[in-house]
Amino acid sequence: MNGFAYLRPTGVQEAVDAYAAHPGAAYLAGGTNLVDLMKLGVARPTALIDVGRLPLDTIEERPDGSVRVGATVRNSDLAADPRVRDRWPALSQALLAGASGQLRNAATTGGNLLQRTRCPYFQDLGKPCNKRAPGSGCGAREGVHRDHAVLGHSEQCVATHPSDMAVALAALDAQVELYGPEGARKLPVTDFHRLPGEHPERDTWMRPGELITGVLLPATTAGVPSAYRKARDRASYAFALASVAVVLRVADGVVDQVAVAFGGLAHRPWRARHTELALLGAPAGPAAFEGAVALELAHAEPLRDNAFKVPLARNLALDVLGRLAPAPAGV
Amino acid sequence: MTSAHQPGHHSEVHLRVNGKPVTLDVDHRRVLLDLLREDLDLTGSKKGCDHGQCGACTVLVDGRRLNSCLLLAVTLDGSEVTTVEGLGGDGEEPHPLQRAFLDRDAFQCGYCTPGQLCSAVGMLAEAAAGHPSHVTDPAAPSGSPVALDRAEIRERLSGNLCRCGAYPRIVEAVEDVIE
Amino acid sequence: MTATALGAPAERREGRQKVSGGARYAAEYTLPGRAHAWPVPATVAHGRVTGVDTAAALALPGVLAVLTPGDAPRLATPEDATLAVLQSPDVPHRGWPVALAVAETPEAARAAARAVRVDYAGAPHDVTLTEGHPDAYAPEEVSSGAAHVEHGDPEAAFAAAEVRVDAVYRVPPLHNHPMEPHASTAHWDGDRLTVYTSSQGGTTVRSVLAQLFELDEDRITVEAEHVGGGFGSKGTPRPDVVLAALAARHTGRPVTLAYPRRDLPAVVGHRAPTVQRLRLGADRDGRLTAVLHEVTTHTSHVKEFVEQAAVVSRVMYATPALRSAHHVVPLDVPSPSWMRAPGEAPGMYALESAVDELAHALGTDPVDLRVRNEPGSEPGTGRPFSSRHLVECLREGARRFGWAGRDPRPRSRREGPLLIGTGVAAATYPVQVAPSTATAQALPDGTFTIRLNAADIGTGARTVLAQVAADALGVPLDRVRTEVGRSELPPAPLAGGSSGTASWGWAVHEACAELAARLAAHTGPPPAEGVEVRADTTGKADAESPYARHAFGAHFAETAVDTVTGEVRVRRLLGIFAAGRILNARTGRSQFTGGMTMGLGMALTEHSSLDPAFGDFTESDLAAYHVPAHADVPDIEADWIEEDDPHLNPMGSKGIGEIGIVGTAAAIGNAVHHATGVRFRELPLTPDRILPALSAEE
Repeated sequence: MNGFAYLRPTGVQEAVDAYAAHPGAAYLAGGTNLVDLMKLGVARPTALIDVGRLPLDTIEERPDGSVRVGATVRNSDLAADPRVRDRWPALSQALLAGASGQLRNAATTGGNLLQRTRCPYFQDLGKPCNKRAPGSGCGAREGVHRDHAVLGHSEQCVATHPSDMAVALAALDAQVELYGPEGARKLPVTDFHRLPGEHPERDTWMRPGELITGVLLPATTAGVPSAYRKARDRASYAFALASVAVVLRVADGVVDQVAVAFGGLAHRPWRARHTELALLGAPAGPAAFEGAVALELAHAEPLRDNAFKVPLARNLALDVLGRLAPAPAGV
Repeated sequence: MTSAHQPGHHSEVHLRVNGKPVTLDVDHRRVLLDLLREDLDLTGSKKGCDHGQCGACTVLVDGRRLNSCLLLAVTLDGSEVTTVEGLGGDGEEPHPLQRAFLDRDAFQCGYCTPGQLCSAVGMLAEAAAGHPSHVTDPAAPSGSPVALDRAEIRERLSGNLCRCGAYPRIVEAVEDVIE
Repeated sequence: MTATALGAPAERREGRQKVSGGARYAAEYTLPGRAHAWPVPATVAHGRVTGVDTAAALALPGVLAVLTPGDAPRLATPEDATLAVLQSPDVPHRGWPVALAVAETPEAARAAARAVRVDYAGAPHDVTLTEGHPDAYAPEEVSSGAAHVEHGDPEAAFAAAEVRVDAVYRVPPLHNHPMEPHASTAHWDGDRLTVYTSSQGGTTVRSVLAQLFELDEDRITVEAEHVGGGFGSKGTPRPDVVLAALAARHTGRPVTLAYPRRDLPAVVGHRAPTVQRLRLGADRDGRLTAVLHEVTTHTSHVKEFVEQAAVVSRVMYATPALRSAHHVVPLDVPSPSWMRAPGEAPGMYALESAVDELAHALGTDPVDLRVRNEPGSEPGTGRPFSSRHLVECLREGARRFGWAGRDPRPRSRREGPLLIGTGVAAATYPVQVAPSTATAQALPDGTFTIRLNAADIGTGARTVLAQVAADALGVPLDRVRTEVGRSELPPAPLAGGSSGTASWGWAVHEACAELAARLAAHTGPPPAEGVEVRADTTGKADAESPYARHAFGAHFAETAVDTVTGEVRVRRLLGIFAAGRILNARTGRSQFTGGMTMGLGMALTEHSSLDPAFGDFTESDLAAYHVPAHADVPDIEADWIEEDDPHLNPMGSKGIGEIGIVGTAAAIGNAVHHATGVRFRELPLTPDRILPALSAEE
C-alpha cells in the first residue's frame, strides 16, 4: 500500500465533491474489506474519503411502514434492531451468519453491499484475474474453484459475491439509496450487483462517484415470515458455500407471497424468479416447493468441482420453505 | 534517516489509550494495531493475520470490540481505546476475566489470549445490551439481554481463533465471570 | 506438600504476563533504530530469477534496502537447504523468497516489497501427487528408522485371509498455522549477533546461525522467551531468522521480520499429503492375519521429507504378516516438514479407519476387535513394550462414553434432519527423549534456580520443570525458579516430538538430585554465590532401550451429520490416554485437549489445495484455511489412566504434546460412517463430499 490522502467530509454532498476532486479516490466506511484489499495491493486508492462518520447511522421508520437504514449503520446494530428482528427476520439472521462479532461491529450497511469477492485468484496479485486485472484471464475457471459460482458466471469470471446480508436484502425487495454527481436515485438490491459477463471488473451498477446513503426495507415485506440459512465449512466465521433467504406468506394453504434468493452461487445474490413464479398461487407444500426450486436450479452450470452446490442450494431452499410454511391443517 | 512519511500522507491523531491521552502524527497507512505496537510499545495486542481473520488484535474502541488490524488509525481521531494492558484499569489486580483465564488454564501459547479477553469483554456487553447471535432463538424477545449458554459463548467468540485448542477452557472462564 | 509437586495442577508461571499483555514475542522487541523487513515471494513454481528491479522500491519513502539473490550477504551452505535464502537465483517452488525489502516501518516495507519487479525464466512444474506417479521412489529412511518394514508373507497372507479390507485413504496438505506467525528480530553489534525468534528450539537456532554466518556460537545470542505456538513448524530454524539476520547485517540496523500470514504456507513446512492403501486380512474371529500399510506422499526438490504415516502399523496390532512401506514423490512444491505427530496423525487416520471397516465387515464391536488384536510385543521389532495400556484406555473410554448401549447398525439414530453416530479409534505416539544439560543452583535464601535453554511454546515447560525440580529437591514448588528460552543458558534440545519435558526434566532431575545430595552433605546455608550443579544426560537419555516405548490412548466421538447441508459437527469428544506419569494435571489436560481440537480440524475443516496451474497452496490465509473456531469445538474431555513405567526417565513420563491429535480424525470419521452408513476415505469431511454421498444413499 502506497501513501494516500485522507479526507473526512461532514456531509454527503461534501463527500461526493471530494471524490470528484480526487481522481483515484475511494470511499472508506468500516474498512473491513477495503483495508484488507489495500494491504494486499488489490485496492490502491490515492485518497480515502472517510464516510464512516457521516450522519447516516440511524434506522428510521417511515409512515408507510418501510424502514430506512442509514449506510453507516453497523452490521451488528442493524442485526440487533428490534424492528428489523421482528419484521424482517431474514435480514437479522443473515447478518448474524456472517463474519465475526468484531467485524460486524465495524462493517457498515453500505460497505457490506460493496464487499468484493473472496476468490483467491482475485486476492493474489501474482495470478491472473479478469476482475482485478481485466484481460489477464481467470485462474479459477480451471483452477481451485470449489467455492465458486454455479449460476450466471461467464467465461471471464466465476467469482461469487460474499455477502450474507445482500442475499436477505434481495429477497426482501430492499432498495439501495444512492447519491452521486448526478443526484439521488434508488436501485432495487436485485438490480444493484451485476453478473460478470464481459466486465467482471464491475461488481455493481453504481456510477462513478456515487455513494450509498441508505437501504430501504419496504413495507411490502414487513412482517411477512422470512428466514435465512447458510451452509459453511466450519460452524462459524466462514463464508457461505451456499445460502438462502426466503420470504413466504401462505393464505388458506396457497402461496400468497414468496421470494427466494440464493447466496454463494453467483456473482450477485440470486433471486430465484422461476421458483417464485411457479409457487405464487400454488398450494404450499413439499411437492410444489420441490418442483419450483428444481426449475431454478435447472439453470445451474456447475464447474468441474462445485456441482455439490446445486443439491446444497436445493436442500437449503426446501428446508427454509418448509419451515416457513404453516403446517397443513389437521396435522 | 529517510522519513517514511510523504507530505499529505500523514495526519495528527488524538486518542485516549487505556485512559491516557495520546497525540501522534500518523502515516495514513498505519492501522491501530501497528500504532499500539510500534508507536506506543503496547505489544499486548497481537498480529496473527493482519487481515481480520483471527481476532488476536481485538481491542475495545469506545467500548466496542473491533479488529485493530483493519482500523486505520487516522479514522479514529477522538476515540477511546482499551487494550489488554488496560483491561484491569489502574489497579494491580487483574480484570476478573483475566483471573478466570488463569484459574481455568484458558490459554497455552498465549498469543490469542489478549484478543480473546478483549473480545469476551466486548461480547458480554453486547449480550447484556440485547444483541442476538446466530444461535439465539429467533423467537426470543427483541431488545432483552441474552442469556449466555455455552453455544452462545462459542458462537460469539468465534471471531477469535486459538490454535492451541484452549476453547473449552476459555468458555469455562467466561462462564465464571457471568456467574 | 513436597511429595505432590509432580502431577499437581500448578498454574502456569508466565500466566500473569500472558493475560496482561506483558509477555513479549519475537517481533515485539522494539530495539532503538529497529527497521522492518518484508519478503517478496516467487510467483513461479519452478525456474530462475533473471532480474530484480529494485529502483521503484528504493525510491519509496522510508525504504532502506532491498536484498536480492544477487547482492544479499553470502552464507555458508546450510545443511537444511530451505535456509539457503537469497543465495541463488534458482526458484524451487512458488513462494520461495526472491527478495527482501527493509524499511523504517512495516507499512513502508510492505509497499517496497510490492514495488520490487522480479523477472523469471520459468520452467515446467508439477505439484500434483498421484499414487502411481512415475517419479515415486522408496526412500531409504524415515525419521524414526527404516522406511520399509516387512515380515511374513503379507501378500499371500492377505490373499488367503477369510475377511479382507482393501481401501485407500487420502489426507490433504495441512498447515500448522500457529497463532504467532514466524518472526525474528535480529541485531548485530560488530560480529556479535542477537536474535529474538519464535522457535521451538533456540539451541539449534544458534548452531545453525553459527554455521551459516561462520561465527563461533559464543558470538550469538538467541532468545525465545515466549513462543506463540509452533506445532512442529518452529522446530527448526526457518527462513525468517536467516532473512532477519541478513537484513540486519546488510543495513546495520536491528531488523524485525514478521512473516506475513499468507506467505507462511510456502516457507515454514506443511503436513505433506498422503495417499494410504490399507489392506487388512483377518480370520472370522477377527484375528489379523495380514496388515499392509503402503503410503505415498510428496516432498520438495529442496530436500527430502517423508511423512512417515505407515510407522503406526509397526506398533499397533499383532499380525503374522506385516508390510509398512513408504514411497515419496519429489514435486515442485514447498518443503513439507513436521506438523503435530508427523506420520502418526495421518497414519492412524488410515489404519484406525480400516480397523473400523474390518469390524463392520466382521460384525464385531470395534473396541472388542482392537482388544482381540492386542500384541504381546511390538509387531515391527518384537521388542517388549515398556508399558502398554491401550486396552485399559479403550475400556475406560467406553465406560465413560456410554459405549455399551450403542446400536452398531449404521444410520440407526436420527434426530429430525440429523444423523447421529459414534465412533472409536486408538491413539499412539512414541516415547522420544534426547540428551540435555541443566543447572540447579541453591541460594542462601533457601530458594533454587533451574536453568536450561528449554522452550515454552505453550506447553507449560517453565512450570513443569519447576515441579520436577521441587520434587527432586524435596522443597515446596514456590521455592524454585526456572529460567528458560535463552541461549546463554545450558544447552537443551527442542520442544518437539513430544520429547521436551522428558529430555529437559531428566537433566533437571539429575542436577537437582545431585544438588540435594551435596546440600545434605553440607552444613549451614549455601555460600553467598550459591551452590550450583550441572547435569548432562548424554549417554543416558540417548541410550538404546531394550523396550518398545510408546504412549497409547483411545478416542470416542459423537457426530451429527445434517442431511440438509452435509455439514458435520462433533457433539462430544472423549480421549483417555496412558502416557506414563502426567507431571502437571492442568497443563497436561490442556495439551491433550489441544491436540484433540487440532484432530477435529483435520477431520472436519482443515484442507489445503495445491493449485496445479500455479503451484501454490490456494488456502493460504486464515479465512480460507479453516482452523476450528470456538463454535466447532464442543466440550472436549481428556483424561488419563495412571501408568507406572520404570523404563522411561526419572519422572516416569511419556510425551503428551502430540498423541491428542493421533486417531481423533479416525474416531470422528468412524462416527460419521456410523451416522450415515457411508464410508468416507478422504479428509476433511466437508459438505462438498458429504452431501453428494448422502443424496446417493437416499
